[in-house]
Amino acid sequence: MNAYQELLCRVTDVRGIRAAMLVSEEDGLVVAESLSEGVDGAAVAALAASLTLRIRRSAASAGHSAPAVVQMRAERGALLTLQAGDGLLVVAIADREANLGLARLELRVAASRLHA
Amino acid sequence: MRCGESMADVIRRLTQELAADPTSLVFLELAESLRQSGQLVSAWKVARAGLGRYPEVADAHDLCARILADQGDRAAARDAWKRALELAPQHVGAHKGLAFICFCEGDLQSAMPHLEAARAAAPQDEGVATALARLRVALEGIDVLSRDRAAQAAMAAPVRAPVAEPEDALADGELGPGIVVLDGQGLRLAGDLTRADGASVGDAVAAHLAGVAREAARAARLLELGEWQHVSAESADGNVLVLAPTPTTALVIVRPAEVPVGRLALLAEQAARRARVMLADLA
Repeated sequence: MNAYQELLCRVTDVRGIRAAMLVSEEDGLVVAESLSEGVDGAAVAALAASLTLRIRRSAASAGHSAPAVVQMRAERGALLTLQAGDGLLVVAIADREANLGLARLELRVAASRLHA
Repeated sequence: MRCGESMADVIRRLTQELAADPTSLVFLELAESLRQSGQLVSAWKVARAGLGRYPEVADAHDLCARILADQGDRAAARDAWKRALELAPQHVGAHKGLAFICFCEGDLQSAMPHLEAARAAAPQDEGVATALARLRVALEGIDVLSRDRAAQAAMAAPVRAPVAEPEDALADGELGPGIVVLDGQGLRLAGDLTRADGASVGDAVAAHLAGVAREAARAARLLELGEWQHVSAESADGNVLVLAPTPTTALVIVRPAEVPVGRLALLAEQAARRARVMLADLA
């Protein structure tokens, strides 16, 4: 297990987190991942990057800086993305029962260590 | 709807009535019930068949227009409401409908005479009175904003996140500051966002965020997360949250970075309820 995967495993150790990934923001490709069975990592990466890119463009149109955190809540869970620097995103998929606050903290830790 | 009847019961009963007498005007009530229950394809079939029998009935054109508007075909809805007015110049529903179309297209000035005509024809209609009052407020706001803009240089400054008040309450009939409602095509329906220099950027943000709503719906579906509820973005300049008050609209709320996202979601839900009332008044 490499250093990236160790950081991502800390995120997936949070109850209800089904996937944690390091994703290239520009092209939506997976750099590293820690996935539960049945999660399509490539699809998660592509969709997370695409959504984040659109949000970033919207923020730019309003004169805002790029968002550090983007979160999509849905009926049965959530998608979280955090900027990790160097064009990378830390992405997580959470179940509805997940502790999103704790997941965000672990994502921040992962993002800051990647950025360091 | 009779006492104790569900919408499904109503539709079943009206369908039987229409089957028993296909020449009956009950098609108007049946198609409207289908429309209200979201069965737009069935509503359209019933309404079109009825209109074929009664092309000179203004209510039939009004009904078709409402279904077309629900389907997002504003041009056809406008034509149908205009036809209703040709047949019945004081038709309240047609005036309200045309006002709604004008409002959706950002042409508030053109919405005014239709609402005034609806008010004159139906002075007891509280929905028309409320919509008229809100439209007057909106028009006054535009006048003030236009004067402000003329006095300000266009500068690239971030959207000004309104200062969070203790209650952050939204006054009756108002969406509140830092909130904008947009349609599925990225056109602004109500509210506005202003940069720190006071310039309006509501239209630009609406255009981009319509794509975000579509992207969120697609992502939630493909990731098997069910229907999307909201998307939030946190930056040093402020926090933004997008949700869908109705299936064809989106609402954007901007607040300072110190307003946590959880609270922002509650504020957005509050604003969404007001937006739904506002949109229903105009529909």
